[in-house]
Amino acid sequence: MGEKLMSESAAPSFPPSTPIPSGKLGMWVFLSSEIMLFGAFISAFIVLRMGSPNFGVPSEEIMGRPLATVNTFLLILSSFTMVLALAAIQRDDRRSFARNMIATMGLGILFLIVKMFEYHHKISEGLTISSGLFGSFYFTLTGLHALHIIGGLVFNGYVLRNGLRGRYSARHHERVEYAGLYWHFVDLVWVILFPMFYLV
Amino acid sequence: MDNQKSPVPLYAAVFGGLALLTGVTVLLSYLHLSHRVAIPLAALIALTKCTLIASVFMHLKWEGKAIRALLFTGLFLVAVLVLAVLPDIGVARP
Repeated sequence: MGEKLMSESAAPSFPPSTPIPSGKLGMWVFLSSEIMLFGAFISAFIVLRMGSPNFGVPSEEIMGRPLATVNTFLLILSSFTMVLALAAIQRDDRRSFARNMIATMGLGILFLIVKMFEYHHKISEGLTISSGLFGSFYFTLTGLHALHIIGGLVFNGYVLRNGLRGRYSARHHERVEYAGLYWHFVDLVWVILFPMFYLV
Repeated sequence: MDNQKSPVPLYAAVFGGLALLTGVTVLLSYLHLSHRVAIPLAALIALTKCTLIASVFMHLKWEGKAIRALLFTGLFLVAVLVLAVLPDIGVARP
């Protein structure tokens, strides 16, 4: 209760000039720049794949479609647990919030572990970042995506820690929402990368 | 979205939809359709999944114009990246 009063007195008593909280606006500006970052790589992939006669695509055995499908499910499920965590804190259910945040992070870590096995398999089969156009794109894009997962784990860990210390409530949980926005974006990028590299 | 309660049944439905679409797109890939059919189909499914995630999980459905404008600026610039070089693909293709 005390912290609620404190954060309320710290907030301006007049309505801000924009109805969007600046944290949310900032997160969306950041995500918009992230769209450009991934978009640049993805558009280069589309153009080269369609235009280059030397674009060799590795066999299904090297790509390992079943494992990548498992990873896709893991990320989709983690997005779901993330919104459940937000819904939980919105109704002041801190227990369910913590449980869902831990599940989200656990699924993210599992994704990275599967990815590690995948990388090991591909490199031992001769598909490396310098083995050709496909390998370069595959390792650059999935590597960049994996770095984003690690970033998301740090952000989620911070939000979980704050939540466990009782800093969020039904009234104040903005950062849970922002962490969610970022995590869903990382999931969304994977939804695009998955068919690009594994399915066609 | 600040003063609204999160619609948990809607979240669950979206999760179900995402899981189903993932299953469908993976099954389709095992049919080994020709690229002319397979690529648009996979792209359509991926875009549907992205729309579901962005509109419900990321609450875009409930956001105002400013945030949509931000998002579409990024998407527009990416579209320019692809569209500007598409004529070159036609030339390079053997």
